Amino acid sequence: MPDIDLGVTSLRELNGALHKLPKDTNETHWVIENPAGQHAIAAGLDAPLNVEINGPVGYYCAGMNKLATVQIHGNAGVGVAENMMSGFVHVSGDASQAAGATGRGGLLRIDGNASSRCGISMKGIDIVVKGSVGHMSAFMAQAGHLIVFGDAGDALGDSIYEAQLFVRGDVKSLGADCIEKEMRDEHKTAVHDILAKAGFNGDVDPSEFKRYGSARQLYNFNVDHAGEY
Amino acid sequence: MCGIVGLFIKDPALEPELGRLTAGMLETMTGRGPDSAGFAVYGAGTDGRTKVTLRGTSDDAIRDTVLKIEKAFPDASATLHDTHAVVSIATGDSVRFDHWLTDECEDTEVVGRGNRMEIFKEVGLPADVAARFGLATMRGTHAIGHTRMATESAVTTDGAHPYSTGQDQCLVHNGSLSNHNNLRRELRREGMTFETENDTEVAAGYLTHRMHEGLSLGDALEVGLNDLDGFYTFVVGTENGFGVLRDGIACKPAVMAETDQYVAFGSEYRVLADLPGIGQARIWEPEPATVYFWER
Repeated sequence: MPDIDLGVTSLRELNGALHKLPKDTNETHWVIENPAGQHAIAAGLDAPLNVEINGPVGYYCAGMNKLATVQIHGNAGVGVAENMMSGFVHVSGDASQAAGATGRGGLLRIDGNASSRCGISMKGIDIVVKGSVGHMSAFMAQAGHLIVFGDAGDALGDSIYEAQLFVRGDVKSLGADCIEKEMRDEHKTAVHDILAKAGFNGDVDPSEFKRYGSARQLYNFNVDHAGEY
Repeated sequence: MCGIVGLFIKDPALEPELGRLTAGMLETMTGRGPDSAGFAVYGAGTDGRTKVTLRGTSDDAIRDTVLKIEKAFPDASATLHDTHAVVSIATGDSVRFDHWLTDECEDTEVVGRGNRMEIFKEVGLPADVAARFGLATMRGTHAIGHTRMATESAVTTDGAHPYSTGQDQCLVHNGSLSNHNNLRRELRREGMTFETENDTEVAAGYLTHRMHEGLSLGDALEVGLNDLDGFYTFVVGTENGFGVLRDGIACKPAVMAETDQYVAFGSEYRVLADLPGIGQARIWEPEPATVYFWER
């Protein structure tokens, strides 16, 4: 089990070593100490690794992740797991802006709060936030699920496409073309399944969440809606 | 880009460390701002005296200026820091000093003034700028600093932050304002003068103008949310503390940490990583369009 101290080993060396691993590597469990908020730690992984990071990370940690599980024991900076393709990223603390931005797949779990623009332009990723999310979250979100246990800030789901948003607490305001929708059984099942994958074993009731999604009025430009932009 | 750092000390035992900690924070922000750097340090003040930070065109030039000052104002005392000098004058002499300086030393700029504030800024890498001015050995209650990656105007010392907004007040800025030309014209009509084409100077001038109209710094920042168009994170130094304001969509990053010993600000968490007790600190991001102040 490689144990890397980023106070000693350079970030470039670490990421280079992780990128060189073949998909069938036996060296799957990596522990990273002393990250000290450095950027792009464990970005671009493409193997079924389990990377544990003990401490706070900077920007784009686990960005573009494929297949790997990345556990961050601390806070994460801007763009954690941005453009994730698959795998699982778990932040035990808070996440800064644009967590899970543009993600195409995989699961991002944040145990604290996520800041503004969480899930911006998400394209298939599932995001679970135990705390609250900031303003402009799920802006132009195209596909995937954003599940928030706490509250959402201003302009949730502005200009949203087909992503589905579930919020248990209050929503300060909805963005353009985002509306509350009926929470049907298939949505409760979807929430239940994602929560199970994220490690919440039946201790959260999906029916406590409200669902938000697109009113589908902004898909094509219509001069009558010019005021909505 | 641009990087901002701020450190406000709550525990007097940490005051001798202010300069050393700020210098480390500033250097960490080199990646966000390699063009120029500057900082304001709030050290000891003396009743009845005003500290004026002056900047010359070179270290020789400022030395000449100081010699002239000591002849004209026998009561004044000065400390040289590279191209800058901090001159202590009797507060009652302030107006006479200003007139004299304009007449006798036209190449010397006033960078800032106040009972406690000293401002230093130059072109160059943050670590070099901090070393030239001896930041690491400075002590005080609080400091704010800035590393600049130039976008709206040239890489010059005039374009470096902090900008003074009044006695013991200064401003650093990460972002860019889009209506600074208009605002500068309006403020010039009101009688203000500007030295540069820099957008932050306009923001500083705007706040100064609002405070001349009678607003508190906090209220001036509040109304600024309507009048300043663009994206910005501002950190404002005051005699007793510092304030933070982010634009309404929080375009520019900001992280804060608080312990029993200090409140610290950084554009990125990396800035805070080496502070004492950071592992146990409360860490958060300031909310957009919200004015924060820490004072003691």
